[in-house]
Amino acid sequence: MNFFDQVPALQIAVPLIGAPVCVLLRNGRAAWAVTQFCSVICTLLSCMLVAATRDGTVIRYELGSWSAPSGIEYYVDIVNASVLLVVSFISAIVCLYAYRGAEKEIQQDKHYLFYTGWLLCITGLLGIVITGDAFNAFVFLEISSLATYLLISLGPDRNSLTAAFRYLIMGSIGASFILIGVGFLFAATGSLNMADISARIPIADSPRTVLVAFSFLTVGLMIKAAIFPLHAWLANAYHYAPVTVTALLSGTATKVSLYLLLRFFFNVFGIQFSFGQMLLNYVLLPAAIAGFVLMSVVALYQSDLRRMLAYSSVAQIGYIVAGICLVSPLGISAGIVHIINHALIKSALFMATGCIVYRLGHAHIQSLGGMAKQMPITTAAFIASGLSLIGVPLTAGFISKFNLIAAMLEQGWWIGAALILASSLMATLYIGRVVEIMIFRKPRTSTGTLEVNEAPMQMLIPLWLLIALSIVFGIFGNETLSIASAGAERLLTGPLAPALVPESAYLSTGAGQ
Amino acid sequence: MLNFLALYNYWVVIVLMMAGLYIMIARHNLVKKLIGLSIFQTSIFYLYISMGKVSGGTAPILIGKISHEKEKAGSATSAAAEQITTVVYSNPLPHVLILTAIVVGVATTAVGLALIVRINEEYGSIEEDDIRAMEQRDPV
Amino acid sequence: MNPLWTLLPPLAVIPFILFFGEKRRNLRELSIIVAGFVLLFINNRIYNDVVQGASPESGSLAMMGELSMKLSAEPIGNLFALLASFLWVITTVYSIGYMRSHKEINQTRFYICFAIAIAAVMSAAYADNLLTLFIAYEALTLSTLPLVTHAGTDAARQGGKTYIRLLMGTSIGLLMPAVIWTFVLTGTTDFEAGGILGPEIGTTTLAILAGLYVFGIGKAAIMPFHRWLPAAMVAPTPVSALLHAVAVVKTGVFALLKIATYTFGVDTLAASGAGEWILWIATFTVLASSLIAFTKDNLKARLAYSTVSQLSYIIIAALLASSTAITGGAMHIVMHGFAKITLFFCAGAILVAAHKTLISELDGLGKTMPITMVAFTIGSLGIIGLPPASGLWSKLMIAQGTLDNGYIWIIAVLMLSTLLNIGYLLVIPLRAFFKPLPAPQSEDNHHSHDSTHASDESYDLLSSNSMQAAGWQEAPAPSLWAIVMTSSVVILLFFYPAPLVELLEQVQWR
Repeated sequence: MNFFDQVPALQIAVPLIGAPVCVLLRNGRAAWAVTQFCSVICTLLSCMLVAATRDGTVIRYELGSWSAPSGIEYYVDIVNASVLLVVSFISAIVCLYAYRGAEKEIQQDKHYLFYTGWLLCITGLLGIVITGDAFNAFVFLEISSLATYLLISLGPDRNSLTAAFRYLIMGSIGASFILIGVGFLFAATGSLNMADISARIPIADSPRTVLVAFSFLTVGLMIKAAIFPLHAWLANAYHYAPVTVTALLSGTATKVSLYLLLRFFFNVFGIQFSFGQMLLNYVLLPAAIAGFVLMSVVALYQSDLRRMLAYSSVAQIGYIVAGICLVSPLGISAGIVHIINHALIKSALFMATGCIVYRLGHAHIQSLGGMAKQMPITTAAFIASGLSLIGVPLTAGFISKFNLIAAMLEQGWWIGAALILASSLMATLYIGRVVEIMIFRKPRTSTGTLEVNEAPMQMLIPLWLLIALSIVFGIFGNETLSIASAGAERLLTGPLAPALVPESAYLSTGAGQ
Repeated sequence: MLNFLALYNYWVVIVLMMAGLYIMIARHNLVKKLIGLSIFQTSIFYLYISMGKVSGGTAPILIGKISHEKEKAGSATSAAAEQITTVVYSNPLPHVLILTAIVVGVATTAVGLALIVRINEEYGSIEEDDIRAMEQRDPV
Repeated sequence: MNPLWTLLPPLAVIPFILFFGEKRRNLRELSIIVAGFVLLFINNRIYNDVVQGASPESGSLAMMGELSMKLSAEPIGNLFALLASFLWVITTVYSIGYMRSHKEINQTRFYICFAIAIAAVMSAAYADNLLTLFIAYEALTLSTLPLVTHAGTDAARQGGKTYIRLLMGTSIGLLMPAVIWTFVLTGTTDFEAGGILGPEIGTTTLAILAGLYVFGIGKAAIMPFHRWLPAAMVAPTPVSALLHAVAVVKTGVFALLKIATYTFGVDTLAASGAGEWILWIATFTVLASSLIAFTKDNLKARLAYSTVSQLSYIIIAALLASSTAITGGAMHIVMHGFAKITLFFCAGAILVAAHKTLISELDGLGKTMPITMVAFTIGSLGIIGLPPASGLWSKLMIAQGTLDNGYIWIIAVLMLSTLLNIGYLLVIPLRAFFKPLPAPQSEDNHHSHDSTHASDESYDLLSSNSMQAAGWQEAPAPSLWAIVMTSSVVILLFFYPAPLVELLEQVQWR
């Protein structure tokens, strides 16, 4: 048995085993070490998967040697390998940060439970990405969601509880919609394996079953990916969760749902059906554009830094969806590149915010005066990642934005390109507003100076690691772009694989059809 | 009309689903919201299970003997083998899936109830209006 | 010589600046001057290559697919780099006097940002493609922001806000789509002789693109995006002098010249007439900002509006789509650069020595600061384009260029604007020399001096020079030295513009 053959399974097994270990250890520090260890191992494993799939290879792993479509299959190509890498890398970096970052926000005796939730969340997220089985994806989605509700509810004040509850209601509706969609897909094709479904899905005359499956999946995934106008849960969740958790989620949770959306619409249903027959781009593109324009405006009027960044996240998700909706190689690779880059940028921004919260205990924008004097390294980090969010050259954000606008112009969508620019300008304003207060405004305290020190090194180092990476990817943009364009190519080739077993050999389904 | 009635299982699903959604939207009591969610999820279970039903099919339990007994039993096997090929089973897979989904649903409900308990401890209420009023009165 | 070397001196000097710091400020400033000379030397070596028709280039760093970051030397860029590096040395000398006697805070940070800005200017000057130019452009914007807000006062903050909003806004909102659009249309962003945009693209598209470039390069300060330039005048005078009279604004117009020559190509531009509609706006800017300059009593503000007006000369030169005009525009970058920096140096000297910022306070200052005011006169002549100052040549070439494509009406505008220049610039030395010191005096008969008696003025200049040095209250020696240097270059280039012309003859137009 070759070790490498088992990598796809280990990717999930490592954090899944780590979670109960954390419970058994009952010690915050030890649990942290386990989480850090598992995240690093996951990162290494997904690096191996990216390296193996970069040339277009597809790894198909049959779990427990039960062959597909009866058994569950892990299906790894460059698209999900890169998302796996993003998720596990962000987890590793944010975990490093959580060592000090979580200590004030979360009660000491709950730390081991916090890390258990963390590992379960990562398990779920990685599982959604790696699995090639539609129902399995739903199960992993619920694992990660349940863990996320837990993580959010650990926030320092009671609002986190209501935020978690609201997210639970919304998230469960979204997941249920996905479940319904998967059910109808099963009814239409008799299979749950994505590759198998893609080969046998009857799209020729758009049967109503497939149509209903498509609609439910669209809405469900839009909720989970927080695509405007179904983004309402995100602002509260990101605002009231511990900042460490927000940093983790902003880089991973919505990105994973976006991946699932890509996989379903491009490979399972196929481009012909999703965009040719169902005209999905006419639904998603207006939503995406309205999202990034309106949410940038809304971000401008927030009084809390975390909430501002949360709305900015919805706007950025709009960019990704807009890129995807172009259904061109350039557009999709711009979308995928932004999935990677935005994960880096937004996690860095939330980590910088976390440093502020760590010292100040809050993140009201208006009371950040004097930050630049008291916490210069954090302020510099916020500015650096803010510039990346705006899309200043030599940062990762520029690569995304350049390609996105080029893709828009290539398709002749002038208005879309102009609106992206308009929303970039608003990003300049809302980031600029915060930076201005940090640098120029005098602190509002009785003594006239903020009595805070720079955040601890253990928090600053991972933060700056992310920023350094975002600059590296801004200069050597080809590193991410080549992965993204390979992914775009995979997505545009349509079905994942030929049918695994002939139709007749499989159980027929459907009462009342 | 008959066609309409023949799809009664789907109508049940739709009625339950809409009821669940309505409760989640209209009720301000958090526990009731959670009940709405459960009803909503239950409707999906019905959907899956009714999908697995094959007209005229029986429960997916093996009838007759399995093949490796063929050699022992001589002539009696041909009838049994015939029975195996002709019998129509319902699809067992949706049931299996729904077992998993039920577990997930129970877990969701449990987490939701745990959150409600904590909310009740912190706010002293599980009415959304009260909570919202409290949040607005003293924002973080 | 590889143009990448030009980035080394300004970047390598930063550790030295940090190391010497405030405590050993003589060494700190000495290291900058050494770096400046090294930079000048490197640029001179590149000049020697370019003037012989070679175009040294650096390796390229792939950034996005085919797009890469790359530097290469060509005549216009080399000319601009020479100008900027020469003035960097002089400005550093000047700032030694200015910053110390003005007791500015955070001088180390000031010098570091300054060095970064120079590195950005160098990479803009030698940019081999639009992408590199855009990156350098943004780097320049960001590195000069701390210099604008240097004082940290509310006014500085407000100025910085206008500065960053306008420059970032235009570059992200207009310049970036222009670059991307060019890339989508042609599949490249390289600067190539004769341009990459052909006439097959269509006049409307070309006209829109030209508009995106001209307005997107907010540093060129065409109306209505000129507001940042007066706002940036809150910066310390050396910053205004080098950056907002030379480096930053000239990066803007230089970029336009380069885009007109190597992205559009003079032929495409001339054949399509794509730039014509912007010519109207540019000429409007020339006249309107001259008129606004009249109303400004603050010396630096008046100079700022004068800069806005002069920049639009170069925009006009770029859009005239004639090789003569573009050569004239490139010359004007240098000529106006030296003249305007002299004027700003003088303004700073007046602030330091006499603590005056308003023109109405300058009466009689010619008696106490004769050297400064003589230099101011030379600078003004340079801007106006009167002999014996160098501005004459560049204005002449731009005027000649208007004939190539039949835009003769522009000559009229240029003449009118020259008259306005005389009106708002020469009046300042006239006041200084001929009006008595501000004892309460009746104001009759000073109007007759304003614009008519040029010969009287030169006579008076001589007489003030012969005055006893004891009565003078000039700026500190380093600043004065810098003023003398730049003003003599203004005159030198009038008599000896040959090296510039030789260099610009190497531009490949098609």
